[in-house]
Amino acid sequence: MNELGSAALVAALLVAIYAAVAALIGTRGDRRWVDSSRRAMYAMCGLLCLTALSLELAFLRTDLTVALVADHSSESTPTLYKLTALWGSQAGSLLLWAFVLSVASAAVLFITRNRHREVVPWATAVLAGVAVFFLGLIVAGIAFPDAESWPFAASNPVPLEGAGLTPLLQHPAMAIHPPMLYSGYVFFTIPFAFAVGALVTRNLDASWIRTTRRFALIAWLLLSIGVALGARWSYSELGWGGYWAWDPVENAALIPWLTGTAFLHSIMVQERRGMLRTWNVSLICATFVLSLLGTFLVRSGVLQSIHAFGESKVGVPLLFLIGTVTIGTTVLIVTRRDSLRSERRLDSLFSRESVFLVNNILLVALATVILFGTFFPLISELFGSEKFIGPPWFNQFATPLAIGLVFFMGIGPLVAWRRISLASLRRAVGIPAAATAVLAVVLLVTIGIAESPAAFVLFLAAAFTIFAIAAEFVRGVAARRALAGGSRMAALGSLVTRNRRRYGGYVVHVGLVLALFGIAASSSFQTSRDLRMSPGDVEQVGDYTVTYVEPISDPQSDRVALGAELAVTRDGAAVATLTPKREYFAGPGGDPETPIRSFFEGEPTSEVGRDEGITRDLWSAMQPDLSSFDAQIDEADEAYATALAELPPDLRQDRVVLDASAQRQGQEILALADRYLTDTPPAEIRFNVNPFVSWFWLGVLVGVGGALFAVWPSAEGRRRRVSDVYGARLARELTSV
Amino acid sequence: MDQDRKRKIRLVVALSAAVLLAVALLYTSFSAGSEAREPSEVLAAGPSDESYQMTGKVASFERDGSELNFQITDRDGGDETLPVNYSGVVPDPFRDGREVIVTGKLTEDGVFVAEKDSLITKCPSKFAAEAEGNPNIIIEQ
Amino acid sequence: MLELLIAIVILAAVAAWVVRPLSRRAGTGEERVEDPVLAELEARKQAKYREIRDTEQDHAQGKLSPAEFATQDAELRREAIAILREIDAASRKNPSDPASSA
Repeated sequence: MNELGSAALVAALLVAIYAAVAALIGTRGDRRWVDSSRRAMYAMCGLLCLTALSLELAFLRTDLTVALVADHSSESTPTLYKLTALWGSQAGSLLLWAFVLSVASAAVLFITRNRHREVVPWATAVLAGVAVFFLGLIVAGIAFPDAESWPFAASNPVPLEGAGLTPLLQHPAMAIHPPMLYSGYVFFTIPFAFAVGALVTRNLDASWIRTTRRFALIAWLLLSIGVALGARWSYSELGWGGYWAWDPVENAALIPWLTGTAFLHSIMVQERRGMLRTWNVSLICATFVLSLLGTFLVRSGVLQSIHAFGESKVGVPLLFLIGTVTIGTTVLIVTRRDSLRSERRLDSLFSRESVFLVNNILLVALATVILFGTFFPLISELFGSEKFIGPPWFNQFATPLAIGLVFFMGIGPLVAWRRISLASLRRAVGIPAAATAVLAVVLLVTIGIAESPAAFVLFLAAAFTIFAIAAEFVRGVAARRALAGGSRMAALGSLVTRNRRRYGGYVVHVGLVLALFGIAASSSFQTSRDLRMSPGDVEQVGDYTVTYVEPISDPQSDRVALGAELAVTRDGAAVATLTPKREYFAGPGGDPETPIRSFFEGEPTSEVGRDEGITRDLWSAMQPDLSSFDAQIDEADEAYATALAELPPDLRQDRVVLDASAQRQGQEILALADRYLTDTPPAEIRFNVNPFVSWFWLGVLVGVGGALFAVWPSAEGRRRRVSDVYGARLARELTSV
Repeated sequence: MDQDRKRKIRLVVALSAAVLLAVALLYTSFSAGSEAREPSEVLAAGPSDESYQMTGKVASFERDGSELNFQITDRDGGDETLPVNYSGVVPDPFRDGREVIVTGKLTEDGVFVAEKDSLITKCPSKFAAEAEGNPNIIIEQ
Repeated sequence: MLELLIAIVILAAVAAWVVRPLSRRAGTGEERVEDPVLAELEARKQAKYREIRDTEQDHAQGKLSPAEFATQDAELRREAIAILREIDAASRKNPSDPASSA
């Protein structure tokens, strides 16, 4: 099966090269070459499916002759993680990029098979070109094993056991986080390819927007899910209790998300007013380049990051691609700028188009800030010495920009397209503004402004926006009922289904605002304490009393969890029981001379003890101080070393002997785990009270729901009926003019 | 006001805003940045009030109550070690031989005192086969 | 060995399928493709209809006074009629085009 997969992979590269060439020939107008290139893209998709299938089968049967499987999986890895281990590696993630690209390309080429006659051949060539790049990198790994990009590389030597997946990654969020992110990046390639085609053929108009928008929205949706999953994993699995650290790799995913969001809004302005063509095409090209940059940052080790997977050979080619694309698109845009220019401009400053412009400026400003901060170490190196910027700098800029964005998310729904008079605007803003003022007074009295002025302002902006959007729903339902009667629920139903884009968009905004509220509340008003507790100790964290009830010792077949049961009460009433733990594994990279010590100092992971709630999260992580066990650990290791030394050399690799030794070590560890219960050492416990952090996750869910609703295609029939009605009415006017 | 003038005004406003942002970025970043140094460079520079972001490899460590004291060397080896005193979250992958990043200052008594929670340990390279030997351990219930 | 054989067979089949369109007569395959001019006009028409709908919605919710609505609505309808006229002119040129059915 592996040979079939390898052949399919190489064939996919050849087919992609053919597709690119055929598409370029087809740009001259010969339909036969265009159809052939499309078939080639379909074929590439099929071949890569075959490749992916054969690799996953190798993982499922734990075929240790394949280096990828030997290094990232093992017999004992749970089945789900056997499958998802594929993209935990350099080769696997390159393959993932190529695979998702092939699927997305096949989909868009199928959808547009009878449309965009002039643009599609160019778009196909671009998509095929990008595929050639990634597949080329992969296949080059055969000749350059250092690059580690060939997934079917053979293990040398074939190990007895697989290395298993890093325990930190055995989490459902981590399983789908890479595919989501990469799919987001890939789906931005589609509008990019069509933009290039449209630029070349000078065709950047309504039909370009129509095809492009849906893919951009899907890309945005997938990227949002990917980023949120990463934050979720960090919060629930890592021992630091945060969800965002302005780490270069996190930023790398956020920046194209910001420019993509700007793009989704500004194409609406182009659709209506015919303006901003140059801006839009630049924005989508930039988003694609930033997506490549994101891939580059993660895979090249150029920036210090906990994610940087060492220096890999893939960095330089990626940088080359980024450079080529940037220069190429800039040249295209500059040479086409005459066709792009439009005479139209904004009707009025008080219009939804104008608000969208402001939102674009804020989003692009934020993206620029984050891009600058992320690359600052390299920039500062040019001017002297390498310097790093920490989260406070990012927050300093992100906070006011975020507040501005939230505020304008509230103004947007209240204004009309084209123009709204000052009087109407005052009317529309009135009630939300009044409600916000009332809230401001309440907040001043309850929490006060002193602790965090920024959070205070953000809360007000968030409230204003929610009130404004709620008012929109209320007025919309009223208008619908005035027109068609019926119950409120029915009116709401028909209102939103007739205006999916508008109301879906409102829901997305509500989600975003809720998420930002959750972020602001949990960062500005967090109570955090580092405690050192032994069984029986009682500590106070804010309003909560934490008691170390008893130790936990949980040995399983491949790991041992040592933890603490914490009882949390408030004003005497029981609130929750948290069970933070530390899990110890035998991992790769341990010192085979001291197996017991390696077990306890290898790669322990934190099991977070958490109690989630609507108004607050209780979060705890612990780390037992095992220094008092040092003597026993060393003794066990010494005994092992002595026994090993006494063995005749030919028996040292004997399977039976190794098994017996493994059993012995297991018993030593069980003994230590038992001792933990009776002779419990003190533990370092971090205890956080995070107010309203659940609203971050809630907001993401709401936002994703809203986006799905907006992107769902509406029934074709209804649309045509409406068109016919208008057609008839307009025709009446036509004859009377 | 005719269209051309409006357009020019808009352009000027936009450019000024962009320039303002650029200046703000440059100014705040250079003053907020902490310089990246290897341990040998920190030692050579001597005790100072400036905070550095130090990258190196853990040579040895011991826990002392809620504090962590470890010896750090340059990433590519070298025999100079610098003692680091740290308190706060210790990332899970922290152990001997791992690459770490920690921010802090070198004090008079030759110890690098780190800022709380500033310790970052690089995730082990997921695709470098580090299998030096896999101690098989069987734990039976 | 068997795998390699299967691979070769699959690849040969794929290659044959991919180059098949090249054996058509030159100039065939055009009929199915929509006329880009008409497609563009159609897209613009849909966008304009959406604007008209949105303006009606804005008015119904009270964001536009009756006078404001009347002006904007008339403007949009004028623009829509212009597009419809262009569609008519373009479809008269290509009466057999499948896209000229709206």
